[in-house]
Amino acid sequence: MEEHIIGQSVPRKEGRDKVTGHARYVDDLKFPDMLHGVTVRGSVPRGRVRGIYFEGEIPWAEFTIVTAKDIPSKNCVALLIEDQPCLASEFVNHPEEPVVLLAHPDKYLLEEARRAVRIDIEPLPAIFTIDDSLAKNQIIWSEDNIFKTFRVEKGDVDSAWGKADFIVEGQYETGAQEQLYIEPQGMIARANAEEGVTVWGSLQCPYYVHKALVRLFGLPKERIRVVQTETGGGFGGKEEYPSMIACHAALLAWKSGKPVKIIYDRAEDMAATTKRHPSRTRHRTGVTRDGKLLAMEIDFTLDGGAYETLSPVVLSRGTIHAAGPYHCPNVRIRSRAVATNAPPHGAFRGFGAPQSVFALERHLDRLASAVGLAPEELRRRNFIREGQALAVSQVIHEKVDMGRLLDRALDLSGYYAKRKHFREENSQSAIKRGIGFAAFLHGAGFTGSGEEYLASEVALEATREGRVRVLAGSTEMGQGTNTIFAQIAAETLGLDYEQIEILQPDTAVVPNSGPTVASRTAMIVGKLVESAARAVQQALFQSGFLKQGYGTKDFANACRQYIDKFGTLQSLVKYEHPPDLHWDDENYRGDAYGAYAWAVYVAEVSVDTRTAEVRVEDFVAVQEVGKVINPVLAAGQIEGGVAQGIGFALYENVVWQEGRMVNGQMTNYIMPTSMDVPPIRVFFEEIPYARGPAGAKGIGELPLDGTAPAIANAIAHATGVDILRIPVTPESLLSLLESVHA
Amino acid sequence: MPEAARKIRLQCVINGRATTLEAYPMARLLDVLREQAGLTGTKEGCGEGECGACSIEMDGALVNSCLVPALQAEGAKIRTIEGVADGATLHAVQQAFLTHGGAQCGICTPGMILAAVNLLARNPQPSEAEIQEKLSGNLCRCTGYTKIFASVVEACREAGKRA
Repeated sequence: MEEHIIGQSVPRKEGRDKVTGHARYVDDLKFPDMLHGVTVRGSVPRGRVRGIYFEGEIPWAEFTIVTAKDIPSKNCVALLIEDQPCLASEFVNHPEEPVVLLAHPDKYLLEEARRAVRIDIEPLPAIFTIDDSLAKNQIIWSEDNIFKTFRVEKGDVDSAWGKADFIVEGQYETGAQEQLYIEPQGMIARANAEEGVTVWGSLQCPYYVHKALVRLFGLPKERIRVVQTETGGGFGGKEEYPSMIACHAALLAWKSGKPVKIIYDRAEDMAATTKRHPSRTRHRTGVTRDGKLLAMEIDFTLDGGAYETLSPVVLSRGTIHAAGPYHCPNVRIRSRAVATNAPPHGAFRGFGAPQSVFALERHLDRLASAVGLAPEELRRRNFIREGQALAVSQVIHEKVDMGRLLDRALDLSGYYAKRKHFREENSQSAIKRGIGFAAFLHGAGFTGSGEEYLASEVALEATREGRVRVLAGSTEMGQGTNTIFAQIAAETLGLDYEQIEILQPDTAVVPNSGPTVASRTAMIVGKLVESAARAVQQALFQSGFLKQGYGTKDFANACRQYIDKFGTLQSLVKYEHPPDLHWDDENYRGDAYGAYAWAVYVAEVSVDTRTAEVRVEDFVAVQEVGKVINPVLAAGQIEGGVAQGIGFALYENVVWQEGRMVNGQMTNYIMPTSMDVPPIRVFFEEIPYARGPAGAKGIGELPLDGTAPAIANAIAHATGVDILRIPVTPESLLSLLESVHA
Repeated sequence: MPEAARKIRLQCVINGRATTLEAYPMARLLDVLREQAGLTGTKEGCGEGECGACSIEMDGALVNSCLVPALQAEGAKIRTIEGVADGATLHAVQQAFLTHGGAQCGICTPGMILAAVNLLARNPQPSEAEIQEKLSGNLCRCTGYTKIFASVVEACREAGKRA
């Protein structure tokens, strides 16, 4: 037995199936008599549906056809509210709105049929930008196009401006970003009056899908079952949209009486499913001559697309992270998410924070230059310390040393020498090199009272043979849930990693552990796994069948005796909110998150001024994340997140036309390949967090926050160009370079 | 009936086994392998030859099976991910991916492993730059490629020890 299994890089639980091709993803499953299903969409950004026509030489009688009127209960995809229809009936509000569903055994004929459905829509005026939405020329959602607003106030911003030696303003924008998991979305459903509804699919949050199906069918909860199949990446993109596809597949299955499989192809996935919210952030910052922050006024706006979906919570996280890991006595943040006639934007790793952190970290470099300080010196003078309060007035009680993270990151990247060296070299070269960094934090778990409200549960059971099963609704999508849960259970129980089994998330079997999002799985649900394991161990101790200092065989013997006597050996634990964490939702003040990860990332770039191409040459990521449970998996999370951040900064440009993505192919929407990534050097500092399992905090989203601004700051350093918008494509950089030299 | 609309009979060798398939000549080899041969380890990521998730070996060459018409499989020797391990013994590349974090969500992994195996068959000791270049037709959204490079380097080292 390992001395400590936590902290070891054990191979991932399902790894062998993945490297041999035996792992079963949704499209690998086949049911007898199964039909294929497709979605027919409106294709007009906004309008009134006048009629649906089934044309062409298609044997329509062979098809199962579903429209809104076939929905058994409420026509909505239930999420925070119920504003998004499952199938549009009278109105369409974005160009990818589903209107008709078709099913047939032959998927080739089905594709022809999809093209032969004509949906006649009378167009209505539509809006596509944040400005158009705010101008309210057209009201497309509720009374004012506004999904949600937040206001954060700390100190007295208005009276602080007069004391500032410098006031610097700026406006920053980020584009939409496609999650681009390599496995497109898909679902299989079986549904009939006798059995109820069961779906199998690629998804992050089984109980979100469950909730949506309950609402759509009006069936009792126990008649709806959701099973997660092996999931080929999610990154937030499989948080909400799988509910839509599950609803569609289930409607077709319900009507046809046969199992129905819907698998999106890449083009449909990119066109219709959610993306990262486009954003605009305005900063106005007052600072003293010696670089102390006096006042920050931040105005943060997200384009939410046509329905509310998750925009309020994305906005919330973006708002709370907008003022970063700094201490400023006077802060005002105003934020809003607005409606446009594009498919709803949604969760993508970072969840609003990458947008507002990009703005802040670019702004602070510009502020430093206005004050005449080095960017690192300006940050150093304002980093938050224990006992000081963040913008939402959360006093930091954990040990935090951003200065140390900064020193280490700058040292490991050779920052000072390169800063000097590049300045000397660049004047003689068409290739300009630069180095820049970003300092940031990321809160783990749901915001404010969110975890209390979720009240997540985890169960654990032991078999007569002394094997232990973890029952959790948390999903594995590549990030390592199975592995770290097994490590936590093994460590707590003093067992081997191989003795722990993680059950497939299936709402008929596992409790609701909350969604697999928000960097919450390791810290929040992992802690529940630890508690559930301890509860089983306590039961064995109390029964007298197990004694302290036991070995693996003793454990198995004790399980056998316990089960022979009592029938089963199980525990079920529920999240308990720490009583000292307080959140005031009304005023948006208080303990926004139980814990934060803290980080400084440094990017080195080269810019070819002839082609305006940017290459990231080196990348150093230093972060404090509490105890690292599995170093290989944890580093893998950071490296993968940094690569996605490189895409966000440089390549991933969603081109919109009338609310529709027009470059929805991997050919023209460019994500980083193996040729585009630099050495990504990952370093962890570990300060155990008392409430995390073995001291762990969350890390999943963290790397998306700091990567893009570090790269943008490096480009600005290399070229002297003021980067205010990402992605920095060669086209956009070329015009910036030309304007500098003009 | 036009020729393309009639199924043809194809003889090929898949993972060392002589196999007869019936398929429309222009059907995608990817679909024929998955649906008729039951080899679902080969994945579809994009359907247009960009992502490499459907990579297989055909007569020793790495191809995107979503772009190969079934008729080209006639007489071909095909290897899919299911044919990489030797029974229960993993190939050095598979073992390295398992140990060094080369696989996360696993959807690009079969194609990525075939690309790596194909590279090592041609060049048992590639430089890191060669690894980076030869895997550039296979997209991975999870790993940032870092641990994939490390896995391939480790597989070379292991294979070198065995040789």
